[in-house]
Amino acid sequence: MDNYYDPSDLQQFARIGEDAPQLAGKFFDYYQAVFAEGELSAREKSLIALAVAHTVQCPYCIEAYTKASLEQGCSRGEMVEAVHVACAIRGGASLVHGMQMRRQAEKVSI
Amino acid sequence: MPSFAQTLRAHQLDLVRGATQTLQVNLGLRCNQACRHCHLEAGPARSELMDLATVEAVLAYALRGGFTTLDITGGAPEMNPNLERLIAGAVRPGLRVMLRANLTALGRRGPELMEFLAAQGVAVVASFPSLSPGQADALRGEGVFAASLDALARLNALGYGRQGSGLELDLVANPTGAFLPPAQAATEKRYQAEMKRRWNLSFNHLYCFANVPLGRFEGWLRSSGNYDGYLERLSSQFNPCAVADLMCRSLVSVDWRGHLFDCDFNQAAGLPMNGRRIHVDDMTGLPPLGQPIALGDHCFTCTAGAGFT
Repeated sequence: MDNYYDPSDLQQFARIGEDAPQLAGKFFDYYQAVFAEGELSAREKSLIALAVAHTVQCPYCIEAYTKASLEQGCSRGEMVEAVHVACAIRGGASLVHGMQMRRQAEKVSI
Repeated sequence: MPSFAQTLRAHQLDLVRGATQTLQVNLGLRCNQACRHCHLEAGPARSELMDLATVEAVLAYALRGGFTTLDITGGAPEMNPNLERLIAGAVRPGLRVMLRANLTALGRRGPELMEFLAAQGVAVVASFPSLSPGQADALRGEGVFAASLDALARLNALGYGRQGSGLELDLVANPTGAFLPPAQAATEKRYQAEMKRRWNLSFNHLYCFANVPLGRFEGWLRSSGNYDGYLERLSSQFNPCAVADLMCRSLVSVDWRGHLFDCDFNQAAGLPMNGRRIHVDDMTGLPPLGQPIALGDHCFTCTAGAGFT
């Protein structure tokens, strides 16, 4: 094993069920239900998943949900905007934590 | 990966002809575009066009066979000077005539051809792969998206795609790469809403078709390293329920020379109907029920997901 990440891992995802099939079964059933058409369309869910994939920086998820978004008929423009949503939330989260820094600094400063 | 024939056997399925109702006519490989997903490698450099004698032979067969649909395709069928003769000779009560139009070639022919199609009640089925100009032009060529919008506006002005006009305008969306198309019903609704909102355009139905790994698209798949993955994707989505409604079971496809195939894709693959070259002049009637369909792995395209009609 030369790399921590191997693209072929994605195709073998189901093997995570080896040694603990009941837990994996529950997870995959849940996963399938989450991505089914519901109040949100499968197309909208694929874009949310794409944004989250960039937030958690999972290369498997990015590959899977880039393809899923394309197969849901999403345009490149929509996909890039989804990534920017992830970026804005991540960036905003850092900035808003600046309030903690400010309070701490103000507490110990004259 | 198992072959398409092996996959059918594994599901205990036979792919054989049902009642043939549609006569598909390929008027030739000349086209003003060289789309990157074209399975026939049509383009401006191609000179193959169906001649008038073959058009007359096709018309005679259309009558002899009692077909209910005449499906005209290409290349750009608008670039064949015999297109109007084929339509005028075919139109009769009980026969639906549809033209798989290249919107840019149709637009270039001026208003006369659109008016002729409307007067004859020909249904227009036009390629419109994406709502994104960049993605559409990447597939079909620079400037094609804008020219297509212009042609659609002119068709709408004639009544095509407008409620109550009786003039049918359908669009076909192909994926702009090595991935499968979205679900048709939801995408149709989205296209109808977006095309109305952005350009005040309307149409009747949207068909979402997967790209067939033959011709120029196969060349791109191989050169980009996507061929094996795409074939695996298609075969992994094999839907045994789609087999019963495959278009090849009810359609016979004539190439520009007048030879018969089970579908347009088998023309590209060089797989003639019933394993031998038959000319339309030699057909006394419809192909027999139960005649096996010529198979190749490209057939996975039509059985992936909801299938291909």
